[in-house]
Amino acid sequence: MSVISNATTFWGYRRNNGRVGIRNHVIVLPVDDLSNAAAEAVAHNIKGTLAIPHPYGRLQFGADLALHFRTLIGTGCNPNVAAVIVIGIEDGWTKRVVDGIAASGKPVVGFGIEGHGDHETIMRASKAAREFLQDASEIHREECKISELWVSTKCGESDTTSGCGANPTVGNAFDKLYEVGSTLVFGETSEITGGEKVVAARCRTPQVAEDFMAMFNRYQDMINRHKTDDLSESQPTKGNIAGGLTTIEEKAMGNIQKIGKKCLVDGVLDKAEVPTGPGLWFMDSSSAAAEMVTLCAASGFAVHFFPTGQGNVIGNPILPVIKICANPRTVRTMSEHIDVDSTGLLQRDMVLDQVGDKLLEVMLRTANGRLTAAEALGHREFVLTRLYESA
Amino acid sequence: MIHFVLHEAKDTVAVAVVEGIKAGTELTAWIMDDDKQISIRALQDIPIGHKIALKDMAVGETVYKYGTDIGKVVAPIKAGEHAHVHNIKTKRW
Repeated sequence: MSVISNATTFWGYRRNNGRVGIRNHVIVLPVDDLSNAAAEAVAHNIKGTLAIPHPYGRLQFGADLALHFRTLIGTGCNPNVAAVIVIGIEDGWTKRVVDGIAASGKPVVGFGIEGHGDHETIMRASKAAREFLQDASEIHREECKISELWVSTKCGESDTTSGCGANPTVGNAFDKLYEVGSTLVFGETSEITGGEKVVAARCRTPQVAEDFMAMFNRYQDMINRHKTDDLSESQPTKGNIAGGLTTIEEKAMGNIQKIGKKCLVDGVLDKAEVPTGPGLWFMDSSSAAAEMVTLCAASGFAVHFFPTGQGNVIGNPILPVIKICANPRTVRTMSEHIDVDSTGLLQRDMVLDQVGDKLLEVMLRTANGRLTAAEALGHREFVLTRLYESA
Repeated sequence: MIHFVLHEAKDTVAVAVVEGIKAGTELTAWIMDDDKQISIRALQDIPIGHKIALKDMAVGETVYKYGTDIGKVVAPIKAGEHAHVHNIKTKRW
């Protein structure tokens, strides 16, 4: 019997909109690059709050700007976040982000820097941050159903052991989570190249398969517009090749082991869109680790499975990232980064069901409050996806 | 000890899952889907994570892993040799 069933519970933070988080962050979120300094000053003043600096938010337009707002608002709405301080250079776009987050019913307040300067903004924002932090510290964890935990996955610095060890471990856990009604997501559109027919065949309806292929082809068109002869050593990457991966098809087949053998793809999301129901979702996304994990957090996911072969060290400010590795050399040389050692699978010391359960056990402990390796090491990579140049 | 794994019996390459595989060694490979073991002799050193060819393959032949087409042979490969970017390439891009 698996370590999880419909009766399994964990201790989470229930938010006003009903969603359940496993962390209780008060974040200071800049709308744009110019506001990073004030946001970081506020987080420095009020210990226990977390600034999330980033380099964008000016002169963006159209779909690229919409994605920027969707990602920032989604980050603020994520159930791992208790309250949000928004700081922008001017009031208009700041209010847009504040209003988007307020719709989730969560405490949020915004500050525009123009007409006030950094000093006054930092002082006013620090006062609000102090109140939010004290209020958040009184929110208690409560018992929640396993189906309320939203789980995302994306692999990185993959090698061949990812495809035969770490990714199938995630796939086994996903199959079990799917059965109990969890909300799940995978993506990495370019990294499905060669396995797209396998994914299309796993879609629940012909319409979902059609939507998936439309997103897959959109990404292929983009690659074909910009590619050089060898895709600039990006797919597979130098690290992938050093690890033994030879072609994109081989990498893709390894990648899609993460969706297991049983779950069906129930729907398709554009970048940073929020799932509308339980099941397995495909989200169109880059295969760059921090971009994809940032999008998962913005879509509302509460915990992340990150299989690695050669040893990617990524984390995220608000989304706990659990690392799974089946490469004995990486587990030996980079042990501080690995949460789940699945090397036993490739020596037949463990069967797939056992390593899948081992991951689910670590997931439950993480959900109940145990820090992941990436959290303990301070990995807070937050990378916004851009669609094209600024105006 | 398992030295190599392959996913399906149809696969023409297998992955080294231990360090230090030397040319001339007789090795054990595990077919994961069938839970069977086969033997293969390494003709070259194979780093962990890298692939060994399970049969002789000519230029233009399709390489199978996961029971799926993962690319084509671009330089002749003998069974037991290192199979990687120097002799296999994607059919796309």
